[in-house]
Amino acid sequence: MPHCSSMDRDTIMPNPSLRVLATFRHWGTTLPVWSGRLHKDYWPLAAQNIRAQGGRLLALWGEDRRTTEAGYLVHAAFLSETGIVRTEMIVDPTTAAYPSLAAIFPGALRMERALYDLLGIRATGVNDTRPWLRHAAWPADQFPLRTDFSGEGLDIAADRDYTFLPASSPDTHEIPVGPIHAGIIEPGHFRFQVLGEEILRLEERFGYTHKGVERLFQGLDVAGGARLAGRISGDSTVAYAWSYAQAVEQITSTQVPERAQWLRALCLERERLANHLGDLGAIGNDAGLAFALTQFQALKEDLLRENQHYFGHRYLMDRVLPGGVAFDLTAAAIAALQGGGRTLKTAVRRLQEILAEHGGLRDRVVQLGIIPPERAAHLGLMGVAGRASGQAWDLRVQFPHPPYDQLQVQMATATGGDVAARMAVRFQEIFESLRLQEEMLRKLPDGNIYHPLDLQDAVGEGIGWVEGWRGEIFFWLRIEHGQVRRCHPQDPSWTLWPALEEVVLRDIVADFPLINKSFNLSYSGHDL
Amino acid sequence: MTAILLEGMQILLVAFLAPLFAGLLRALRAILQNRRPAGCWQNYRDLYRLFHKESLQAEGTSWLFRFAPYGIFGAFCLAAGIIPILATGLPLAPAADVIALVGLFALARVFQVLAAMDTGTPFATLGAHREMLIAGLAEPALLAALFTASLLSRSTSLSVIVAHLEQLRFALHPSMVFAAAAFFMVLLAENARIPVDNPATHLELTMIHEAMLLEYSGRHLALMEWGAQIKLVLYVAIGIALFLPWGIVPAAEIAALPLTLLALPLKFAAAALILALVETLLAKLRLFRAPEFMATAFLLGVIGLLSFFMLGA
Repeated sequence: MPHCSSMDRDTIMPNPSLRVLATFRHWGTTLPVWSGRLHKDYWPLAAQNIRAQGGRLLALWGEDRRTTEAGYLVHAAFLSETGIVRTEMIVDPTTAAYPSLAAIFPGALRMERALYDLLGIRATGVNDTRPWLRHAAWPADQFPLRTDFSGEGLDIAADRDYTFLPASSPDTHEIPVGPIHAGIIEPGHFRFQVLGEEILRLEERFGYTHKGVERLFQGLDVAGGARLAGRISGDSTVAYAWSYAQAVEQITSTQVPERAQWLRALCLERERLANHLGDLGAIGNDAGLAFALTQFQALKEDLLRENQHYFGHRYLMDRVLPGGVAFDLTAAAIAALQGGGRTLKTAVRRLQEILAEHGGLRDRVVQLGIIPPERAAHLGLMGVAGRASGQAWDLRVQFPHPPYDQLQVQMATATGGDVAARMAVRFQEIFESLRLQEEMLRKLPDGNIYHPLDLQDAVGEGIGWVEGWRGEIFFWLRIEHGQVRRCHPQDPSWTLWPALEEVVLRDIVADFPLINKSFNLSYSGHDL
Repeated sequence: MTAILLEGMQILLVAFLAPLFAGLLRALRAILQNRRPAGCWQNYRDLYRLFHKESLQAEGTSWLFRFAPYGIFGAFCLAAGIIPILATGLPLAPAADVIALVGLFALARVFQVLAAMDTGTPFATLGAHREMLIAGLAEPALLAALFTASLLSRSTSLSVIVAHLEQLRFALHPSMVFAAAAFFMVLLAENARIPVDNPATHLELTMIHEAMLLEYSGRHLALMEWGAQIKLVLYVAIGIALFLPWGIVPAAEIAALPLTLLALPLKFAAAALILALVETLLAKLRLFRAPEFMATAFLLGVIGLLSFFMLGA
């Protein structure tokens, strides 16, 4: 078995059908993590088993362990009723192939394609072997996450050979959109097959913001890793930094001071507030209601300025550190933030009334971009989009880690699955975040805000898992000799982007921007 | 002689004050949305910038692409001479009646759509298709509204209609109320305003008018933008001439000109305020609701015609 810090050998895994496939061990962490190594033949079997019990695929990644073990290591993390099930499997370097999970979890397909691009091991049993993250920036026979990758011969050439799915009939019209758009947004390519205005098929193409994040992490010290983690996707900097910190603290068995935990949660809720406010305004704007944009932008800007003033950064970047937080709040700051929260609540309540009564806006968002609960369950939707389609998963509710275990978070849900439902969930979450902020500011415990890490001989694997504003941010980390050896951050966008392709099918091209905005997925967090 | 002078003055005023009107509209909209406006003169700065930039011609386009901006701009300038804005009975007025005027607008649109399709890009083609969808429905509605006014004055010449309506003095005609409503809806649709199109959008998939301009740059784009601003002013001017004609007097009565020059800015400012209010309060319609919107306009126009026959007024 690989090194696992603070393993609790006495606990028995609660899932008997998985227990027969491998030995699962409980990782002593604030999160319920069960870890086990599977034989290659059991790889799809375990996934089927988890799927049958209503579980979801969280992440799939790999690492080059040819120097220390018998080959490559493929990891997968699933969510089940009992917590995270983390599995790993050795892949023989001569065949460099392993069975695909795409038939069980549709979201696995892109993760497996990306895994081939980065590590050169192929998932078998699927037809789609096109590259995913690799454009023409590095040769097809080179794999950046292999230890023997030279890093030479890199290029910035455009990817001209990618084959999109062919048109289904000669009458269809093809609209290529992006990666450069008419507005200032992140780059992504959308290939529409339309009949008149009706969308027959949407195919996405990403990887334009691939920065080699996972390779950049290799060899960084823990503090450098924290900085990079906060920059994977700027709109979720707190969620990434916190999940990275969780993983580090698990490996080093660090006890984070209670006050630091509470301040982290405060940051996370403020990140949620800022993004939800921005999204609600942007959804209104995409429906041609500029009024909503200007009102919500003003509220968001006030919040960001409060962040700058009391926390030291508008988007709260580098506020969360492994071991604690980088700031503290004075009593005066707490009082000011409480006042700001009350003002914001009144303003949002009023705007919610106005938008709910605006017939033109309701006509645009109701029954648009529907993903019904059964399809959402099949695709494994999470976060805001999942909860708007009846997928009642919220990490802060089901598996509350400190300080959420003392806060009784109310989950926001809706079942409509349309743009209006995703707006409604955002409104509910704004009020819940404001309530949490109020409670946290009132009960903020005294004490230290930082506990130094003991990195002398920190070795092992750790997992971090935080409910970001978009959905669950997952972080896996392997540290050796106080340095990041390998890590994998997983954005919820990996699972949500494929769902978007399906969501738009009943709608028309002119409504795509509105549907897309109601998801507001990350490009940077996905392309890595 | 004064008539010719007035004619020239009217065309120049429309052409050079159109950016101001559009700028005023933008500024009012910004204020209503709690934003700080860039000022009424921003459109002049934009046009100045565009005229000093290089004009790129999209690869594979024909002469049509280059000619269209001039054709469109020319058509609107000609229309500015036909519509009685300062006075009735101008020298160019007999050149076209309301039907020909609608045809002149249609000519500009055909150039615009063909030039867009000439580029062969998917967005321009998409915009062209949508433009024709809206236009095909807007034109009958526009004609219905104009014919109501024609029936009242027994002429299709805009100059004669306005001269007749101006003499009526504050008489409320039910048929004209319906026609005004229909005309206002057409004005919104034809000038790419909310709720049919969004002039401020940056989303290429939702655009109608803007999508057709995506390949244009430099002076070509400037002419297209300027032309669109003139078109908006012309529509507002037609609305004023038909439904608020008081103050527009025959070209021979030069003494009344100061009053006209005082009343017109007020009328235009009021129109800008109404447009800004509409664009702030309404969201954009679903694309397939736009035909319903135009059908309503057409229906109102027809009701206007019918009520003339039923009521004789």
